[in-house]
Amino acid sequence: MARAFTPKVITANALLEGDVVYLTEDDRWSRHLSEAELLTDEAHAQVRLLMAEGQSETVVGVYLASAAPGETGPEPTHFREEFRRTGPSNYTHGKQEHFPPRA
Amino acid sequence: MYDYTDFDAAFVAERNRQFRAQVERRVAGHLTEDEFKPLRLMNGLYLQLHAYMLRVAIPYGTLNSAQMRQLALLAETWDKGYGHFTTRQNIQYNWPKLPDVPDMLDALAKVNLHAIQTSGNTIRNVTADHFAGAAADEVADPRPVAELLRQWSTDHPEFQFLPRKFKIAVTGSDNDRAVIKAHDIGIQVVERDSEIGYRILVGGGLGRTPMIGKVLNDFVSQDDLLPYVESVVSVWNLLGRRDNKFKARIKITVHEHGIDEIRRRVDAHFTRIKPSFSGLDTTLFDAIKAAFAPPTFRNESTAIYDTAYKTDPIFRAWADTNLWTHRAPGYAIAQISLKAHGETPGDATADQMRVMADLAEFYGHDELRISHEQNVILPHVHKSDLPGIHGILKKHGLATANIGLISDIIACPGMDYCALATARSIPVAQEIATRFEELKLEHEVGPLKIKISGCINACGHHHVGHIGILGLDRAGVENYQITLGGDGTQDAALGERTGPGFAYDEIVPAIERIVLAYLAHRDGPGETFLAAYRRLGIAPFKAALYGAGQADAA
Repeated sequence: MARAFTPKVITANALLEGDVVYLTEDDRWSRHLSEAELLTDEAHAQVRLLMAEGQSETVVGVYLASAAPGETGPEPTHFREEFRRTGPSNYTHGKQEHFPPRA
Repeated sequence: MYDYTDFDAAFVAERNRQFRAQVERRVAGHLTEDEFKPLRLMNGLYLQLHAYMLRVAIPYGTLNSAQMRQLALLAETWDKGYGHFTTRQNIQYNWPKLPDVPDMLDALAKVNLHAIQTSGNTIRNVTADHFAGAAADEVADPRPVAELLRQWSTDHPEFQFLPRKFKIAVTGSDNDRAVIKAHDIGIQVVERDSEIGYRILVGGGLGRTPMIGKVLNDFVSQDDLLPYVESVVSVWNLLGRRDNKFKARIKITVHEHGIDEIRRRVDAHFTRIKPSFSGLDTTLFDAIKAAFAPPTFRNESTAIYDTAYKTDPIFRAWADTNLWTHRAPGYAIAQISLKAHGETPGDATADQMRVMADLAEFYGHDELRISHEQNVILPHVHKSDLPGIHGILKKHGLATANIGLISDIIACPGMDYCALATARSIPVAQEIATRFEELKLEHEVGPLKIKISGCINACGHHHVGHIGILGLDRAGVENYQITLGGDGTQDAALGERTGPGFAYDEIVPAIERIVLAYLAHRDGPGETFLAAYRRLGIAPFKAALYGAGQADAA
């Protein structure tokens, strides 16, 4: 039996800055995971992924990352995605510099 | 020190011009990422977890003050005010923006630096003993050979699409400080009947399948060196497993075919190509060698040093751990630790880089070295200048007296930066250093090398750490495996795994238990951790880690 599809978001890095970005429902690339479109249907996720992969002039390294619904939007389910949305742990650089994580 | 010829400068300038145009085409949308990626990798530009990363080669770990100042300028102008020195004598910038990278490369070219072949399946930055040209125990300075190999390997048409990356390290001493047995080719300068030649090792490497290099040839003469090394790479280039990335490194080729068969093929190839080497390589070598002539050393009293050593306990502690024997009387090799307790191993701020550049210029014959252990070295310092140097280092957070001790940890960037990492390494290093500083045990424990990698690729050399730590992803959680008894010197050995790994919040207490077990079991302060481990075996450490009942079962 095929594995059940778990919710995903589409993520990538911005071409110019390298920042981690997420695809929103209204086709923007947001710096905030909470604004990402949470994809719960596999077929829809594949269509959105193809669309995102076509934006090679804006983003690099597009992929589907597992996420879970949270109170203020999608939340990471794996520590790698937690680091990607926050920034490194040794300095307050990256995302956390401009957008401190919510308590 | 070697200075670029017009040819070198023109070559780098042309590459930079090409890359600038490639970046422009990428930004304008004329190149896709698939088309652009191999081009940016050829110029050392990676895409990591949070940003791009630019890896700049520091050939054989040697810098002058102008180069160090330029590295500081890059950090300040296009990055976040710091740089990260790596285990391969490179510096990495973690936050460059794509449109800025061509300017960064042009700025580097002004001081004879570049990022060519710091990525991709090519011959990478040739590394060397960081005490080269200064160590008392040296047969000859290994850097002229490293520079010869750099020139030969840069843009070598046969070696631009190798089965996998290829790393060469050179030492000029029996005491191997360049980890040559963990390189694809390790070269040791040796002397036989007053003739300088080279012992060639092949097939070492860490990563997924760690192996200790084997001797391919005990003595290759100066005239034969370049054709011989070329033969090794050529033989592997044809034999190497391009079908399987995990079996592509030369260590697997040597393992599968056997060292005798590799030697037979190398010898056959060598016989074929040797006549095509006209002798130009040896003429070139002589010219390079002249560029590495030692500085003129001063002959004066060390009384100032002797007094400071007697009267200033902080200076004495630093001198005891951070100095090394120099070949010239009255001189010392001074090591600057980039491992202040709680800081990121290998990181230096732009200000710190400038301070080190100033010290090199005023006191150190304008020379700096970057070690594979992620520290900086002033290779030629007269002892009378050391108290002054130490005073300046102290003001800039650079006087940590911990070289070779438990907090002098090698750590790869890990999952804080690296896209390949499976777990973090930097915070583990920070917490181990902080913990042993709290315990005030560091100096009592004595020489102990901890090396941490955040994935199986082993950039943090964990296999050859006295204590090695490997961070993995186990079912979506960071998990750390421990190995003991590794050694990266001339007595190279791979560490032995203790047993099941530890969670992120368990790893520092686990290391503490190992170290306390060592203190409890050692013969006395004279027996180092590694010596005690070799005498005792793994059992008492397993007992300390997992409890007595599991020590035999694990």
